[in-house]
Amino acid sequence: MSRVHVTCTINGDPAEFLCDGGQTLLDALRDEVGLTGAKEGCGTGDCGACSIVMDGRLLCSCLVLAPEAEGTTISTVEGMASGDDLHPLQQCFLEGAALQCGVCTPGFLVAAKALLDRNPDPTETEIRYGLAGNLCRCTGYDKIVRAVQAAAAAINES
Amino acid sequence: MLSAMKYASPTTVAEAVDLLGSEPDARVYAGATDLIPQIRAGRPEPAVMVDLKRIERLCAISGNGSTYTVGAATPTADICVHDGLAAAFPGLVEASGLIGSDQIQSRSSLGGNLANASPAADTPPSLIVNDARAVIAGPGGERTVAAADVATGPGTTSLGGGEFIVEFELDQPPARTADAYLRLIPRTEMDIAVVGAAARVTLDGDGRVAAAAIALGAVAPTVVRVPDAESALIGNEPAGDALAAVEAAASAATNPIDDKRGTVAYRRQVAGVLARRAVSIAAERARERGGQS
Repeated sequence: MSRVHVTCTINGDPAEFLCDGGQTLLDALRDEVGLTGAKEGCGTGDCGACSIVMDGRLLCSCLVLAPEAEGTTISTVEGMASGDDLHPLQQCFLEGAALQCGVCTPGFLVAAKALLDRNPDPTETEIRYGLAGNLCRCTGYDKIVRAVQAAAAAINES
Repeated sequence: MLSAMKYASPTTVAEAVDLLGSEPDARVYAGATDLIPQIRAGRPEPAVMVDLKRIERLCAISGNGSTYTVGAATPTADICVHDGLAAAFPGLVEASGLIGSDQIQSRSSLGGNLANASPAADTPPSLIVNDARAVIAGPGGERTVAAADVATGPGTTSLGGGEFIVEFELDQPPARTADAYLRLIPRTEMDIAVVGAAARVTLDGDGRVAAAAIALGAVAPTVVRVPDAESALIGNEPAGDALAAVEAAASAATNPIDDKRGTVAYRRQVAGVLARRAVSIAAERARERGGQS
């Protein structure tokens, strides 16, 4: 069966990969491109562990077919840090111990960045609703919310 | 998983119609937020997945002063930030915003929400109280039907082979008219309706109800209109006995199921309460809008 050739931009760099027509973008990112930051938790769009941003929209890459990425601009968790400098969200997750097993963390980081890009100074309620599409099965939500609040404050001060 | 399927992304309605005509086992999709989980859960894979999102008409929102046209695949996130739609159809915009998480909002659409034909879908009751029309394309050309006539039962629609919804048409509401949508879920976010209630109210110059539409979701195989509640409002102020009649008629119109989200008795009672509250909110908004159409 012939594979589909996809050309796109990933984390600022031109990228191309071959995929199957019915392969999810999550699988293509992990298995064809080698970016394993996005995780498969549920595979049905409920948990958000596979969150990425495609053409400015936060979405679950498990619900996107890989050929849909043709011509798009994609951001994943791998693109958040600048070289060795972690993004303030990553730094605050680290300092605030806002992760336990860590499987949900990339999705939370990507979703939290999308939230702060849209709303730089969210209330706690806005953070909780904004991250409602991300599940932490270790139930570490409080530290995650506090880390996002700390990151928002750090970004707004800088 | 999913790898045997082919992917197609037509850029015009005609191209999509041709594609569906030449490949009987093709399936259209917009956000795939229901379709991919259904396939993962064991539904047969189609031979071809036809992505409708590269067709400009399916992802556009436009208005000409008398009618709004909303592409069937337009992400609900776009509907939620559209000032014109929010002013004209606040209830429909509320319902659109209740579908899933921010991640899902990037992909979910009015067309998918209606054509997936879940009895608990959030936007169909609001489409119906606003008399939305669905423009459907297929091998016979285009036809326009009431949005109320698309879903025929859980997971079934009146769409024929090779047909898909292109867009929805919504007429600008008359003066002193507004809608509202309320939903009850067991959690504060991220769940499926136990009951959904949409209401649209038009007031006359004296604050009495001149026209009303009430539709309930998740309490029957398809959306339920409540004509007895609507007629109880006509000619009356939306208060007191008229609202009590709305509540009783809405409860009586339901034909719900028992499931993990609620019992038959609970759904019946909640349907009445939400219908009454939705009417009150719609009427308040209609008063605030006054003579603006």
